[in-house]
Amino acid sequence: MTVFIIRRLLQSVLVLAAMSVIVFVGVYAIGNPIDILINPQADQEEIERATRALGLDRPLWEQYLHFVAGAFTGDLGRSFVFNEPALRLILDRLPATLELAFAAMLVAVVLGIPLGLWAGLRPESFAGKAITAGSILGFSLPTFWVGLMLILLFAVQLGWLPATGRGATVEVLGFRTSLLTLDGLSHVALPALNLALFKLALVIRLARAGTREVVPLDYIKFARAKGLSTRRVVLVHVLKNILIPIVTVLGLETGSVIAFAVVTETIFAWPGIGRLIIQAINQLDRPVIVAYLLMTVSMFIVINLVVDILYSVLDPRVRISEAR
Amino acid sequence: MTAALDETVAAAEPAPLREATPFRRFVSEFAASKLAVGGLVVFLGIACVAIFAPWIAPTDPYDLTRLDILDGRQPPGAQSMDGRTFWLGSDDQGRDMLSAIMYGLRTSLGVGAMSAVLALLFGGAIGLLAAYFGGRVDTIVMRVVDIQLSFPAILVALILLAVLGQGVGKIIFALVTVQWAYYARTVRGSALVERRKEYIEAARGLALSHARIVFRHLMPNCLPPLIVVVTVQVAHAIALEATLSFLGIGLPITEPSLGLLIANGFEYMMSGKYWISFFPGVALLITIVAINLVGDRLRDVLNPRYQK
Repeated sequence: MTVFIIRRLLQSVLVLAAMSVIVFVGVYAIGNPIDILINPQADQEEIERATRALGLDRPLWEQYLHFVAGAFTGDLGRSFVFNEPALRLILDRLPATLELAFAAMLVAVVLGIPLGLWAGLRPESFAGKAITAGSILGFSLPTFWVGLMLILLFAVQLGWLPATGRGATVEVLGFRTSLLTLDGLSHVALPALNLALFKLALVIRLARAGTREVVPLDYIKFARAKGLSTRRVVLVHVLKNILIPIVTVLGLETGSVIAFAVVTETIFAWPGIGRLIIQAINQLDRPVIVAYLLMTVSMFIVINLVVDILYSVLDPRVRISEAR
Repeated sequence: MTAALDETVAAAEPAPLREATPFRRFVSEFAASKLAVGGLVVFLGIACVAIFAPWIAPTDPYDLTRLDILDGRQPPGAQSMDGRTFWLGSDDQGRDMLSAIMYGLRTSLGVGAMSAVLALLFGGAIGLLAAYFGGRVDTIVMRVVDIQLSFPAILVALILLAVLGQGVGKIIFALVTVQWAYYARTVRGSALVERRKEYIEAARGLALSHARIVFRHLMPNCLPPLIVVVTVQVAHAIALEATLSFLGIGLPITEPSLGLLIANGFEYMMSGKYWISFFPGVALLITIVAINLVGDRLRDVLNPRYQK
């Protein structure tokens, strides 16, 4: 067990190191940020001064070592554009992204489970078929285009909800959140729905398949035979058993929601890290690109590590096949 | 293998049914689903539009001499200055949207198909070799596949495009990098099963070369599950390319795919000029749904578990 965890940890460190080299060298080897950052009329001396100030005159490996040394002290470089530490820029915007991701997951679960249950209990009814067809469509719809259509319908045509930005926030336990103000909620509604769409389709599918599998089993028949109300059978006996795979899959999908927030944040001008990275790529703001990618990659490595370790604790077969 | 089997069957039964060939059975099973046939027909129609766009499009949207800025942002059905009809409206440059969508489909489908083929060749070959040789090669390859698949496709593509910049070649490279692992895993899975069968053992007994066994004997028998993966991944590739181009980090402005057309109309959306973004999106959606319908049916038909 310990050996397994140590091996997985080493592997994670290796992946992170490889990623940092790829990202750093790749990002720094292409283009010259000086061309973009400095006034084209600037003379040679000015350009050289700026190059030195940003540390771009030193060899690449030296820049990398400097970067790694800095990374261990939480310094991932200063943004060329904002002239602020890259890590702080990201951490400033992270709560907005996490809030959006949380809201999207909430929408997916709150809408997805009842719809999936309904479709699973009455697969032949019109509603059941419509829900199933809708979930298939949900997998095919390009997220960014749906986002535009949501804006078109709810913001431009109907004028019910605001299309861009984050609304008023309140501070709760040191975090600023917009989920507790009416203005904030109206701003988060469209982006959250957009980001939730794919996960919603997934939850409906899982809930529907789970329900269809569970309903013919003996313990459900027994619960019915005991004379329990349909509501109790469905809400307690069926629901409890279909929740296990849904929780597992959603846990694994949390990371991908944050990655996909890039698209939603760009459309709805949501001030999170996804919008930041796209702006940084377009402005060649390298420290921010590198910091974002490394942070996201680290996040995924940690998620995967935790999942793997949990699985090996729960399922001894994983450990045995690893050891070979 | 199957051909040899069929011959023995034919010899044993004097009047073999024409439907009995595996291909005919496959076709008739596929055709049993009206939805899938519809998807296939729609997809073939879209593919024809994409291939023949320069000949069937009403105008060449990228011929600058024919663009008139006064035609800009006309709603669907409006007349242009020189008397043509903009069936799907025009964009800010006075480009006919219908023509732009036809050309956009060409780019989108081309990039999607190209990356799927390259990913199939690369991933398929690696999966095949990993399964055939096993041992250390297999362990390393599969570890890399596992690690890669644990990251979402959009994040991997984002890393690569942030590093590489824009371009047709670059986005194809990014899509291949994102997708090869799916092919490698699928091929390895079926090759591991096939490898243990007698015909491979027989081929080994005949002392055939590794290359001959892998490519002539093992590979053809690993293809059916791959067909499903190809259809699903082509749809993914098209959607991912559109997303990346929409974000402005995919294709350059000189290669206007559907994603770029949609991005182009984004700023006019707020003033209610919906058609610049709406119709390219509909084209994208129809393409993806059609491919997915075909893919779903193929999965059912080719999956031995569902066979009667």
